[in-house]
Amino acid sequence: MTRIKNLAAAPTFYAALAGMILFFSSWYFLTETLTLPRFKNIPDPLSVVTEWSAIHPKYGVSLFTKPYYVDILYSIIRTYAAFAGAVVFGVSLGIVMGWSRILHNYTFPLVEIFRPMPPLSWIPLAVLVLPGIELPVVFVTFIAAFFATVLNTLLGVQSINRDYFLAAKCLGAKPRDILFHVVIPGSLPFIFTGLQIAMGIAWMSIVAGEIIAGQRGLGYYIYEAAALFQYEQVIMYMFTLGFLGYVSSVAIRYVGNLLMAWEEAKRKAR
Amino acid sequence: MNKAANGKIEIVNAGKIYDPAGIHVVAVENCSFNLEAGQFVSVVGPSGCGKSTLLNTIAGFDTITSGEILMDGELLASPEIQTPPGPDRVVVFQGGALFPWKTVSENIIYGPVIQKNMERPEAEKMAISLLNRVGLTKVETKYPSELSSGVQRRVEILRALINQPKIMMLDEPFRALDAVAKSVMHNFLLELFDENPRTMFFITHDLDEAIYLSDLVVVMTTRPAKVKKIIKIDLPRPRRLDVIKTEIYRSVKADLLSIVHEEALKAFKAGEREMA
Repeated sequence: MTRIKNLAAAPTFYAALAGMILFFSSWYFLTETLTLPRFKNIPDPLSVVTEWSAIHPKYGVSLFTKPYYVDILYSIIRTYAAFAGAVVFGVSLGIVMGWSRILHNYTFPLVEIFRPMPPLSWIPLAVLVLPGIELPVVFVTFIAAFFATVLNTLLGVQSINRDYFLAAKCLGAKPRDILFHVVIPGSLPFIFTGLQIAMGIAWMSIVAGEIIAGQRGLGYYIYEAAALFQYEQVIMYMFTLGFLGYVSSVAIRYVGNLLMAWEEAKRKAR
Repeated sequence: MNKAANGKIEIVNAGKIYDPAGIHVVAVENCSFNLEAGQFVSVVGPSGCGKSTLLNTIAGFDTITSGEILMDGELLASPEIQTPPGPDRVVVFQGGALFPWKTVSENIIYGPVIQKNMERPEAEKMAISLLNRVGLTKVETKYPSELSSGVQRRVEILRALINQPKIMMLDEPFRALDAVAKSVMHNFLLELFDENPRTMFFITHDLDEAIYLSDLVVVMTTRPAKVKKIIKIDLPRPRRLDVIKTEIYRSVKADLLSIVHEEALKAFKAGEREMA
């Protein structure tokens, strides 16, 4: 029992490494050694890595070819454009909803109806209304990230201790001061939690949007490659998405920590 | 911190009826007493007896439904009038309300900077000198969460005092502190008060605290809250811990205890009736 406990408490790097090794070796085992009938066509990790890092790849795309980066760039621009929109509009609406009782009463039921609508269900209307192919895909991604941001921002504003508002008023703060010195900093921890979720949702939706309505981009090429039975490419793009999502998450956490030095101090004080 | 402050508060027949869903709850009824300018007044009484209602009304957070409250002869609150909160009437909150996202120094200077009474560098200098004067060094760049609750309390009191309020209101500010920290806080508060007397409205359950700090102890009745008795504490200032050994202290405490006990019994019986 203690041995298992020690293993669980192992330094993060070694634990992470052990987890990876376990995962990739089972993958290899299932696809190459055991070759279960349903797993037959799935490429093993080695051939994925080989294709990914080939200077002259079998299917034309690898770390050393330009199209790979063009696809990445397309997906990044779409995702980040949608995410930026979600931050600007989602945070604003969330704060206003938390700030004004009246506006909250008007909008909350609407938000709660729209929020569970799957992003992909917006595609027909998006294509109908918005020109071109870029805008509909970005819009669908935006919609998904937007509602997650609104809800978390609203919860953030509602989570602020009421005494902070009263204390600020006692000290002479006007509504504008309260917005910038109480409401916004007070809801930042929730906002950033929301942004992490929103970023995850944005990456999920962008791929779906690209598959259905897109041209270029990682999602589009996953679908293309699958149609051509190029499964090494599919897996390679899947992992690329995983990395991009991971990096995005880390970046949000980093910005959050920069903006919320007090949260860091609180963690250390514990 | 030496601006002449008046801050006489007159509470005249104040009453408060809460009416949630048509059930009349009389929280305060015909309550009258004065806080003279520069007087330290403690209000004691059973829990939920409407002490905080009075404090909140003076602060501008709440209203009364009858009577009036005056500050320096001017109407502060009545059923028609509610003066919005402001830096002339600063509250120190029961649970502590330092902004966790601001450092100690940013918290202290918040009032003067936001009111544009002081430039930031000037205010910062003042904050540090205030902190040093009360023996708090090297805390100005810390966040509240990095400090003990006793130190947080002291910082919050400084944040209030830097505004030179006419009246300072403290709602059971030391309730969560242990006995040692509490006694440190009492002397801290008394030193500040002696240096710069201003009207204090202090709500507490702790009779020793009330006597030790105050010029006047107002005992409230159980709900509806009325003034049961006002006891003048004739102990000389500056006060130090040895006053608790004096005859005056002991007799005041005995008086107070019997009055409060009587009220507590009533509250207990009223509670039983409500339960029955």
